[in-house]
Amino acid sequence: MSAPVSSIREPLVLGHKTYHDITEDLVSPTEKAPPLSWIMVFIPAVALLSLGSFAVYWTIYVGIGTWNLNRTINWGWDITNFVWWIGIGHAGTLISAILLLFRQKWRTGVNRAAEAMTIFAVMCAGLFPMIHMGRIWNAMFIFPYPNTRGSLWVNFNSALLWDVFAISTYFTVSLLFWYTGLVPDLATIRDRAKGLRKKIYSFFALGWTGSAKHWQRWEYLALVLAGLATPLVLSVHTIVSFDFATSVVPGWHTTIFPPYFVAGAVFSGFAMVLTLMLIVRRVLHLEQYITIAHIESMNKVILATGSIVGVAYITELFISWYSGYIYEQAAFFNRAFGVYWWSYFGMMFANVVSPQFFWSRKLRRNVTFTFMLSILINIGMWFERFVIIGTTLARDFLPSSWSYYSPTWIEISIYLGTFGLFFTMFLIFARVAPVVAVAEVKHILKTGGDQYVGEDAVKGH
Amino acid sequence: MKNRKDIVYGVYSEEHDIIEAVREARSRGMEIYDVYSPMPIHGLDPVLGLKESRLHIAGFIYGLLGTLTAFLGMTWIFTKDWPIIFGGKPYWAVPSFIPITFELTVLFAAIGMTVSFYVVSGMGFGVDNDVLDERISDDKFCLAFDNAEVEADEAKQFLRANNAEEILEKTLKA
Repeated sequence: MSAPVSSIREPLVLGHKTYHDITEDLVSPTEKAPPLSWIMVFIPAVALLSLGSFAVYWTIYVGIGTWNLNRTINWGWDITNFVWWIGIGHAGTLISAILLLFRQKWRTGVNRAAEAMTIFAVMCAGLFPMIHMGRIWNAMFIFPYPNTRGSLWVNFNSALLWDVFAISTYFTVSLLFWYTGLVPDLATIRDRAKGLRKKIYSFFALGWTGSAKHWQRWEYLALVLAGLATPLVLSVHTIVSFDFATSVVPGWHTTIFPPYFVAGAVFSGFAMVLTLMLIVRRVLHLEQYITIAHIESMNKVILATGSIVGVAYITELFISWYSGYIYEQAAFFNRAFGVYWWSYFGMMFANVVSPQFFWSRKLRRNVTFTFMLSILINIGMWFERFVIIGTTLARDFLPSSWSYYSPTWIEISIYLGTFGLFFTMFLIFARVAPVVAVAEVKHILKTGGDQYVGEDAVKGH
Repeated sequence: MKNRKDIVYGVYSEEHDIIEAVREARSRGMEIYDVYSPMPIHGLDPVLGLKESRLHIAGFIYGLLGTLTAFLGMTWIFTKDWPIIFGGKPYWAVPSFIPITFELTVLFAAIGMTVSFYVVSGMGFGVDNDVLDERISDDKFCLAFDNAEVEADEAKQFLRANNAEEILEKTLKA
C-alpha cells in the first residue's frame, strides 16, 4: 500500500477507496434486503411508536387531566421533552452549516445522518407543545392568518409565538438543506436501479444530471443556506430560552439563558449524533468513513460545549449569591437541595464532570467509552431541562401552593413514543437513502482522505 | 427549433485529466456543451468559463422581502388593524418584533433560493431529464460536445488526442 497521505492531517476516508468503492459501500445498504440487526432494532422502535401513539390518542381523547400536571407545576415532562428534543436537533445544523463555513472536512462523514436526525428530533419536539395545548384541533390558531374571529391576531410580543416561528423556520430550512444535499445521492441510486425502483428514485432525484452549472449552483446554495442556518441555529435555542428568560420567575429570569441553552443544545446534539453514529457505523460497516478521527473531533466539541455549560451552571449560582436577593438565592438553593435534588446532582455529574474525561486523547478515541458517555450526556441534558422547569415551578411565590410532580404512565409513554418515532424514521431513512453523503465524501477523497494528492503528500502509508 | 441534441462525449476517470482537456478545448475555441461529474470539481468553473452564479443575489432579495413582510405586517396589525396593550408597553414594540423579523428573513431567503435553484436548473419532483451516462453519478467525468456546435469528427478527434478513456455518442432530448 503506497497511497499518498497528507503529512499533517489524519485521513478522513480510509481503506484506499476509489470513487466507485465509495458508491458501492454507501449505496449498497439501500439495495439489499434489511439485515437482521436492522429488523431487531426496527421492531422495538415501531412498538414504542405504537405505545406513544396510543398515549397521544388517549391524551387527546380524555384530556390533559391524564397527565399529572397541577396548578403549580403546569410544565412537566412535556416541555422538558420539548426542549430536550429541540436541543438534540441542533447538532445536525451545526455540523452541516457551521462546519461547512469553517471548512471542516470531517463534517462530510456525519453531516447527512446528523441533518436527518435534526429533522426527526424537531418532529418529536414539535409534538409536545401541540398536545400540551389541550385542544389540538385548534392548533392552527398559533399562526397569524386572517380569520373570522375578528381578525384576531396572535400576540407578536410573546416568546411562545417567537418559538412557533423559530421552530417552524428551523424545520423548513433544515429540510430544504438536507434534501438539496441528498439530491445528487438519490441520482446515484437512480442510475444504479432498475424497473419500478428506478422510477421512484427518478421522481425524487428531481432530474439531476451532474452538469457543471448545476454543481456550481448547488454549492452556492449550500453555502448561502449554511450562512443563513448558522445564525438560525443559534437563534432557535436562544428563543426557546426566552420562553423562560422573559418570565419573572426567579431561576428563569436570567440573561445567561440564551448562550447557556445554545451551548447545552450543541452539547446534547453531539452526544446524540455520537450515540446514533456509533451504532450506524457498526451495523452498516462504515468504519472507513466514520473514522476514529471523526469521533475524536466530535468529542472535542463535546468537551468544549460541556465546559461552557459547566461554567454557566456555576455562573448562575455565583450570580444568585452575588445578587444579594434572598428569593433568587432561595430558588437556587431549592434547585440543588430541594425536592428534586437528585436531578440537580445527576445533571452536574453527567454534564459537567463526565465530559472532562475527554481531556484524555486515549478516551476520546475509545469507541466504547464514547458510546457510554454519549448516553450519559443525553440523560444529563434531560435532567438539566427538568431541573430548570420542575424545581423552579415546584417552589413558586406562595409556600401554600408549593407542590410536587411526577409523571403518569401516559406522560412516560409519550416520551418513549418519541424515541419510537425518532428511531423508526431514522431506520427507514437508512434503508432508502445513503446515511453518509456520497458525493461529498468523493469530493474530499483527494484532499482529506487517504488518497491525498497535495504537495506535502508522503508516500508509503 | 430542434428538440433533440446529438452529443459526442469523452469519459474520464480523473478530475485533473478532464480539467486539462477542458482547458485545451477552450484554448482552441471549441464550444463545450457541458461537463458532467459525480461531485463538484474543484477549480473547474474558471477553466470552463462559468460565470458566477447569481443565486445569492436572489437570496438577498428574498430575505429582504421576508424582513419587510414580517416587520411591516406586525406593525400594521399592532398599530392599525387591532391594537392591543400588553403590559402597558407601546403598540409599536419594535424590540419584540425582532425575533420574528429575523426568522421570516431566513425563511423567505431559504425557500426562495431553493425554489429558484430548482426552477433555473430545470429540476423538480418527477422531472425526467436525460442522463448522459449512468456512470456519471458513480465515478466517471464526461466532457460533452454538441454536434450543432462542434462537428462530430472534430470532437472525436479532440477527445482521442486528449486522453479520453472512451468516446461515445448519445442523443438527448433538449
